[in-house]
Amino acid sequence: MFLETMPDTSAYMIAGFGISFAVMGIYVLSMYLRNTNLKRDAEMLKSLQAENEKSKAKPKPNKKK
Amino acid sequence: MQSKPIALTILDIISIIVLGVAAYLSLFFAPTEAVMGQVQRVFYFHVGTAWVGLLGFILAAAAGIAYLVTKNMAWDRFEVAAVEVSTMFFFITIVLGSIWARPAWNTWWTWDPRLTTAAVTELIYIAYFMLRQGIDDPEKRARFGAVYTLLGGLSAPITFMVIRLFRTIHPVVIGSASAEAQGGFDMTSDMKVAFFFALFAFTVIFIDLMWNRIRLGQLEESVEQLKLNVAI
Repeated sequence: MFLETMPDTSAYMIAGFGISFAVMGIYVLSMYLRNTNLKRDAEMLKSLQAENEKSKAKPKPNKKK
Repeated sequence: MQSKPIALTILDIISIIVLGVAAYLSLFFAPTEAVMGQVQRVFYFHVGTAWVGLLGFILAAAAGIAYLVTKNMAWDRFEVAAVEVSTMFFFITIVLGSIWARPAWNTWWTWDPRLTTAAVTELIYIAYFMLRQGIDDPEKRARFGAVYTLLGGLSAPITFMVIRLFRTIHPVVIGSASAEAQGGFDMTSDMKVAFFFALFAFTVIFIDLMWNRIRLGQLEESVEQLKLNVAI
């Protein structure tokens, strides 16, 4: 026997496209968050490095009397 | 870290536009397939994501060879970007295939040669990140990663060819299908427009994400270097 009516598979289609967009969205969001965190870390490390260099450059106090 | 190039910003915008157009063509422009109904529309994204997924695994293998020859860390960053973006796209391929299979084959999953090789390929590349996580030395990590992607890259042509070489129920889009294939269909001209545009759209999105991921890799490397400088 042949099927006379087309099966309603809309729910599967919606789920498929929904998951596709969700996965791509989560991936893009994860890249954005990683990028933001790395930039923040880089700024903090640069300021630490500058502080270290400053303290190395300072002349040590003379302890001899 | 240099500021974002204008070309990349333009490519980001183009990627969003082509994704929207590909979705429109798949959802509204292409006619509804007579036997499977609306679920057949996921086919355009299924093949599009599979194409860039397998392409990325091949590119990662090529980058692995380039790294082993030149020892240039830029190839390692390229390899990581290709694997990461492709693993994401190939995950979508597998999920869409499973969603399509439920009404078409009356099952979410079956251990068909194509489905099995696709699952194995995805697992190989998930394991790639676990391998990299376990190695601290950047050069050793890059060397192991290069060899791994070179061997793992074999899974991409195997996954592509398996439905052409073995008896399988998975339909073949390009080439002749196995006699056991279920759920195949002949594409109308409007379906072909949606199909080829989806291939084009996912190629553009792949390039865009790769570029962004390579830049992220450069930033990761500069932060690692800064950490070393501060520790010294």
